[in-house]
Amino acid sequence: MTDKSQPSTTRRGFLKAGIATGGAIATGGAAHAAQEPDPLITEVQPWAQGLGDGVDAVPYGLPIEYEDDVIRRNVEWLTADTISSINFTPIHALDGTITPQGCAFERHHSGAIELRKEDYRLMINGLVDQPLIFTYADLERFPRENRVYFCECAANSGMEWAGAQLNGAQFTHGMIHNMEYSGVPLRTLLEEAGVKPEGKWVYVEGADASSNGRSIPLEKAMDDVLVAFKANGEALRKEHGYPVRLVVPGWEGNMWVKWLRRIEVTTQAIESREETSKYTDTLEDGTSRKWTWEMDAKSVITSPSPQSPIKHGPGPLVITGLAWSGRGSITRVDVSTDGGKTWATARLAQEGQDKALSRFYLDITWDGSEMFLQSRAMDSTGYVQPTKDQLREVRGLNSIYHNNGIQTWWVNAKGEAENVEIS
Amino acid sequence: MSRFRNLVIGTALASTLAAAPAFAEKFGLGRPALPEEVAAWDLDVAPDGTGLPAGSGSVEDGEMLFSENCAVCHGEFAEGVDNWPKLAGGEDTLADEDPLKTVGSYWPYLSTVWDYVHRSMPFGGAQSLSTDEVYAITAYILYSNYLVDDDFVLTNENFLDVEMPNADGFIVDDREASEAHFWNAEPCMENCKETVEITMRAAVLDVTPEEVSEEVVKEQEEIKAAAEAQATAPIAMPDPKLVAAGERVFRQCKSCHQVGEGAQHRVGPALNGVVGRKVGQADGFRYSPGVVKAAEEGMIWDHDTLDAYLESPRAVIPKGRMSFQGLRADEDREAVIAYLRTFN
Repeated sequence: MTDKSQPSTTRRGFLKAGIATGGAIATGGAAHAAQEPDPLITEVQPWAQGLGDGVDAVPYGLPIEYEDDVIRRNVEWLTADTISSINFTPIHALDGTITPQGCAFERHHSGAIELRKEDYRLMINGLVDQPLIFTYADLERFPRENRVYFCECAANSGMEWAGAQLNGAQFTHGMIHNMEYSGVPLRTLLEEAGVKPEGKWVYVEGADASSNGRSIPLEKAMDDVLVAFKANGEALRKEHGYPVRLVVPGWEGNMWVKWLRRIEVTTQAIESREETSKYTDTLEDGTSRKWTWEMDAKSVITSPSPQSPIKHGPGPLVITGLAWSGRGSITRVDVSTDGGKTWATARLAQEGQDKALSRFYLDITWDGSEMFLQSRAMDSTGYVQPTKDQLREVRGLNSIYHNNGIQTWWVNAKGEAENVEIS
Repeated sequence: MSRFRNLVIGTALASTLAAAPAFAEKFGLGRPALPEEVAAWDLDVAPDGTGLPAGSGSVEDGEMLFSENCAVCHGEFAEGVDNWPKLAGGEDTLADEDPLKTVGSYWPYLSTVWDYVHRSMPFGGAQSLSTDEVYAITAYILYSNYLVDDDFVLTNENFLDVEMPNADGFIVDDREASEAHFWNAEPCMENCKETVEITMRAAVLDVTPEEVSEEVVKEQEEIKAAAEAQATAPIAMPDPKLVAAGERVFRQCKSCHQVGEGAQHRVGPALNGVVGRKVGQADGFRYSPGVVKAAEEGMIWDHDTLDAYLESPRAVIPKGRMSFQGLRADEDREAVIAYLRTFN
């Protein structure tokens, strides 16, 4: 057994120690000769001598305790109550593209409810030939698809409209997750009920008290929308809509109705609370855009970043981040280390996928001097991620939603990073 | 599964099979929705009034209902409490630096107000208001925005006559036109700008939540230990740490319950003196039949009953109106009980 009482072995302790001594340990790029033998190698360690846990010690595993700071975080001052609130995915500490469900951000309007599969009913009504009721077991009998999609809250980076506010990629860009969904195309269910010709929209709502109803044009509903019941291979988590949620690829997260209970085919948009008083974008002259469903192409460097400082000093440095577009796939990401004076094209870990996160890397040799890190995404429609100032020129400061401007991290010589805005 | 439901499924299957040519490519899964079922769930109201049930409610009745059901979060005059939504005011502020978006200043359709109040309010007690009560509350919200007079009665007949000030304030997403310059640009790669100056720093503002410190972890462990001690020795005076933790957990209860000096009944009763008292004794509160029945049976809010109730209200009082989901963590329930005990 390892000694669980030693705080220095936790990630937090490691991080603190790293910041304190990081500059002193490594001063050049080359590998260093050891001054004296490393006791971790020369002395027999307890884990190499004794025995570890048996199988079944934890029937459903959680991350090891040393990773206990890689968690969703809340910003208390944002909302009146955690029941109707949001938290943030720890994107600064993750790699790859798939977000584990356990740390994927949550957004509830009246709390995460508990709804058993046995109690689950899905109604399709309105302008259909035959209004239908499906049980969970019914849904499992339709042909299924697997698709990876990102889900981004329209308010992601919303606190940054007026300027740099929150110091960490988790807080500025963490209202996003990316999962592999298994489910039935909504089209299949609508065809089962038979959509009447006058049907132009679907109104979708959840079983929770907020219902969070949203209107979706029939064209989108018949295109790529999924009625999903698995994410990353396992049942949806309660906080993500167990047992069934809607997946609306590329469109703002609020439309991904959780605990999906009803789909109504209508002639018009219902203009519910969530598509009028919220999730509408007010421009400088006071008029507001509505039906701003698509998430514009966006990217962020997740490391280095304020919560993920450089701890190793000058030398080889991996700059990495995430890019995505609600209109298609990511085709290119450029990275600047000098605040946008010059750009280098980053390496995509794999070819961009439709409406899913892309991971990018730029491997550099850091000389230890100050950097202004930025990333700029481009998508398959030819859209280039704008700067925050370019966005503000069009939209003003009061849009709240859909802030996809280029993020700047100011990295100092010690490797610490801060959220800044630059000229 | 009831025999009745088997019958329905059997009928559905039969009718689908019978209609085989028309449904050739269908899977024959699910069953027809019954009219009663559609009526129970299909509650949405569209801007043109589709879905609006017949009924009426006055500003006068709305004022009382609003005070009872809504004011705890939204304020007596719909002006909002703390971070809860403000429903009134903000006229002509939408182009300001900090616009105030309320029903009066921002919401384009009255149907949205009616629909949302009917479907989702009050917070923690959704769908507990009658149709006429929803009309009355909607009328009061209009009144609080100076959109109708104090003798106004809102009905399904005059519903569409109410003019919402910001009805024309919205345009359909025009990004592809107004932001066309974000497309097709060949982005600059070199010599893109002369200088780079910092214009704003997040660290100066300092609103980022702190990392969870070792001290916080230690404090949480102490609260847990105190909770365990209280559960086994419920007579002892509560640990101050536990009381403080309970005050924090109680935030979840505050949208419906007040406690302390000047506490008044809201959606739920004021909770002063509740620990150890007989169920359903708060003066002047209209209890649900479920609570009244429990009181008649002599139920006491002792430690274990409160604990069970806080874990799952409907498991203890099945037909009670408290629609709270319950507190999962043992220590949270102990903390709330400790906090409430300080008001005895």
